[in-house]
Amino acid sequence: MILEIREKIIEKIFLLIALSSISILALIAIFIFGEGLPLIWKIGLKAFILGERWVPSKGSFGILPMIVGSFWVTSGALLLGIPLGLACAIFLCEWTPPLAGVFLRPAIQLLAAIPSVIYGFWGLIVLVPLIRNYLGGPGLSILSGSLILGFMILPTIISISEDSLKALPPSYKAGALALGATHWQTIWRVLIPAARSGIVASVILGMGRAIGETMAMIMILGNAVKMPTSFLDSARTLTTNIGIEMGYASGDHREALFATGIVLFFIIMILNSLAIFLSRRRGS
Amino acid sequence: MLYRTRYLTQIIARVLIWMAALSTIAVMILILFQILKEGLPILHLRFFLDSPRSMGREGGIFSSIVGTIALTLVAILFATPLGVGTAVFLKEYTRESRVSRTIRFGTDCLAGIPSIIFGLFGFVFFVIYLNMGWSILSGGLTLAAMILPTVISTTEEAIKGVPYSYREVSYSLGGTKWQTVTRAVLPNALPGIFTGIILSVGRSIGETAAVILTAGSSLVMPTSLFSPIRTMAVHFYILAREGISMEMAYGTGAALILLVLAINLIANWLLNRYIRRRA
Repeated sequence: MILEIREKIIEKIFLLIALSSISILALIAIFIFGEGLPLIWKIGLKAFILGERWVPSKGSFGILPMIVGSFWVTSGALLLGIPLGLACAIFLCEWTPPLAGVFLRPAIQLLAAIPSVIYGFWGLIVLVPLIRNYLGGPGLSILSGSLILGFMILPTIISISEDSLKALPPSYKAGALALGATHWQTIWRVLIPAARSGIVASVILGMGRAIGETMAMIMILGNAVKMPTSFLDSARTLTTNIGIEMGYASGDHREALFATGIVLFFIIMILNSLAIFLSRRRGS
Repeated sequence: MLYRTRYLTQIIARVLIWMAALSTIAVMILILFQILKEGLPILHLRFFLDSPRSMGREGGIFSSIVGTIALTLVAILFATPLGVGTAVFLKEYTRESRVSRTIRFGTDCLAGIPSIIFGLFGFVFFVIYLNMGWSILSGGLTLAAMILPTVISTTEEAIKGVPYSYREVSYSLGGTKWQTVTRAVLPNALPGIFTGIILSVGRSIGETAAVILTAGSSLVMPTSLFSPIRTMAVHFYILAREGISMEMAYGTGAALILLVLAINLIANWLLNRYIRRRA
């Protein structure tokens, strides 16, 4: 009897622990919205999101340049990250010569483990001067940011698309090969379409990582608040806007940074839900 | 003819995929090489054991190392019980239900939230609302929230790896659920859980955005949990971005990379041993 009551209590304690884990998500939402919403309320959602001027000292808070900046940098990163990541995933689960796998796997693991400030620093020291000298412009640009981000999101894209390729029933491959398809035709026309939802989920998660990256981007994007017109322009993203100014902001300015956080939070939650939905579908 | 084009396509695809794989390895090596080449010569014992002087232009990084260790310990101390408890609940105490689906959705979402958002949250919640100021505690708690999803998912995987027969034996001997979990499941899942924690340590050490907003950037030696600190990653960032000293930046960067390398090696070694024992 006592044992039974004890078991019940233990079960409730575990439930409590699990609930407090997810209550963190709720706390994050509550506190960021609490800090940022008053400003959006004050100046209007439209003026905030579509405003092109960000001059905190004069009280104009428009984050359109940052939204566009985030969009450019993320698209650039995906342009590099998707083909490279997919190729590495195929390499790892279809074409691995034993020795190459021994090198590629740890390399990807390390890419995931290297702190983002190191990427930023490397971009600043190596990539930025290269771009400045050979392509012109300030060097601190969307192009350098995209290149660095492309590599930073590789581990996410590779690991999840590799998992979804591996989860396919072996009969798919055997069937395609038996019909006389080449190995490449099997990969391109059978395996990849079959693993589609997992691959798309990996790309969406990679996109989330790219949009959320802060420190590396502060170091190499140049951080100018203006509408970017080319890949060689300097830019500022939603995250770098927060990262740069949070240190000294106060009053309305600080609220505006939290409001930037709200926009970021929304984008990320939409991407997350999409990715979760896609990988669930794969699971069932 | 058709026969030939499809094999040609295959060869082209193969070459491209090889190039992709090789360039990924190459970039990784280039990054490591650049930082280690310039940084390793600076890493003397004195660099690790001296306190930073004149804003980090001279001296070493001792207070940063102490700060990093303290911050990481706090994060692990809070994230481990919470994460392992959540994973045990999800794997052992519920079936697929609305509660478990909600919890899983929540932790999946938490995993995708950018570190700067955690930083903003830690700043208003721990630093200001709970009045802990920029401190080891605020930073550690923020990091704990950040690494929680990693701890949960690796623990879940580890628990999943424990054969079902272990539980059956425990129940057949009259063991209660609690006894089964603590004496049959968790001890066998321990190496996997430990690997997850080590990987989280790696993430905590490299984190900058969330830490700079919650633990501050003071170079003074911390004296209590409420002291502000500057972790190695933040120190590296400030040295490099404000151009204080490239030499010191390279040194700190190299130390960071070596640390992360070591952590990954340990995690891999543990995981391999674990897998071998399972087989």
